[in-house]
Amino acid sequence: MSGVRVLVGTRKGAFILTADGKRTDWKVDGPHFGGWEMYHVKGSPVDPNRLYASQSTGWFGQLIQRSDDGGETWAPVGNEFRYEGVPGTHQWYDGTPHPWEFARVWHLEPSPFDADTVFAGVEDAALFRSVDGGNEWHELPGLREHGSGPAWQPGAGGMCLHTIVPDPTDANRMYVAISAAGVFRTEDAGKTWQPVNRGLHSEGIPDEDAEVGHCVHRIAMHPSAPHVLYMQKHWDVMRSDDGADTWREVSGNLPSDFGFPIDVHAHDPETVYVVPITSDSEHYPPEGKLRVYRSRTGGNEWEPLTKGLPQRDCYVNVLRDAMAVDSLDSCGIYFGTTGGQVYVSPDAGDAWEPIVRDLPAVLSVEVQTLP
Amino acid sequence: MIRVVLPAHLRTLANVPGEVTLDVAGVASQRSVLDALEAEYPVLKGTIRDHATQERRKFVRFFAQEEDLSHDAPDAPLPEAVATGVEPFIVVGAMAGG
Repeated sequence: MSGVRVLVGTRKGAFILTADGKRTDWKVDGPHFGGWEMYHVKGSPVDPNRLYASQSTGWFGQLIQRSDDGGETWAPVGNEFRYEGVPGTHQWYDGTPHPWEFARVWHLEPSPFDADTVFAGVEDAALFRSVDGGNEWHELPGLREHGSGPAWQPGAGGMCLHTIVPDPTDANRMYVAISAAGVFRTEDAGKTWQPVNRGLHSEGIPDEDAEVGHCVHRIAMHPSAPHVLYMQKHWDVMRSDDGADTWREVSGNLPSDFGFPIDVHAHDPETVYVVPITSDSEHYPPEGKLRVYRSRTGGNEWEPLTKGLPQRDCYVNVLRDAMAVDSLDSCGIYFGTTGGQVYVSPDAGDAWEPIVRDLPAVLSVEVQTLP
Repeated sequence: MIRVVLPAHLRTLANVPGEVTLDVAGVASQRSVLDALEAEYPVLKGTIRDHATQERRKFVRFFAQEEDLSHDAPDAPLPEAVATGVEPFIVVGAMAGG
């Protein structure tokens, strides 16, 4: 019987949660790398036993771990992330120039085409690639140097490249998102990039519809419709039907259009999930009710999903990389909270159960559907 | 022979249960000891010193004989007791953060 492997990164280690296709009885394995911040753990779509993990602390910096046996054993690989050339400056919080400095890897995106190729989104924002299973990393400097880099500024979490979305139908096309700069697209495998933020409006920047400067929190794509992209921005939920050339708002009837994660149903590119958060300073659900919102119409019309989720006195957050979907026939939805809960809905969001309740604050959730 | 004490996270990373002992050619300094340490345990590259600048990471300190050597020059000779293995060179994660 097929099953799932959920890869959870937390403030103090990584956890691997496994279950069969029913997704009711779970084995919890971990912590792996206890005491370290695990920003992201993700498996290769090409080889599900190949996992990559971003491990860091303020004390000892960045490490990358790799597993070739589905997380049974791990080995450290390359951890040198050196910007190409002289990286120059970006804007600091107060608008003054600030030197580019590597802080950590936020997101690891294994290639959909090759298990040894993996991309890393880092703080300060840049994109790195390894083609040898993580042993050596090289920046794709065309992104940072495309021209607007000196105008990028950090979001509250730092100036991070946090989202990497490869087009599974075209190895040359990829999207990345940076806080607070926006979305960028390459159509030549990362050599050159262009900002693709037309239609975004953001208060807090001098020109509300500027080409760059938007605090995009997360973008998501359905593999069968790679020109349709969804975005959870600092405020506003957005949609593009033309590969990010233009965006339109689809926040509709959400109780708040602030939030972090956004994801798409595995079998229906028009079914989308978000977790509304009260505001940019109140990082908890509106009214203390933890609700996932689902749209079956590609946005604008949203329904709250509450069964099994706390509906009073709940003040956790759900971070940008902490939601995932499996691809079993009945699509499972997963998300983790800063309160240490990881929830699963085996029925596309209709009902939820906690897999675990008391992990460290959850930074990321990914799921692998296993044969 | 130089004795080096690593913090728990780095012992786990290097897969060493306790003190590390190193043979260091020439003058025992922070740089020569850390070079020898990283040569023996490459996984520690970048965790104590920055890859590019080779400067001590901000939240790492170096102690020996109840003294803080963190701000000594990297090539300054270590105390005789450390250089002869009587006392260990101690790498510490600063008492902050976490």
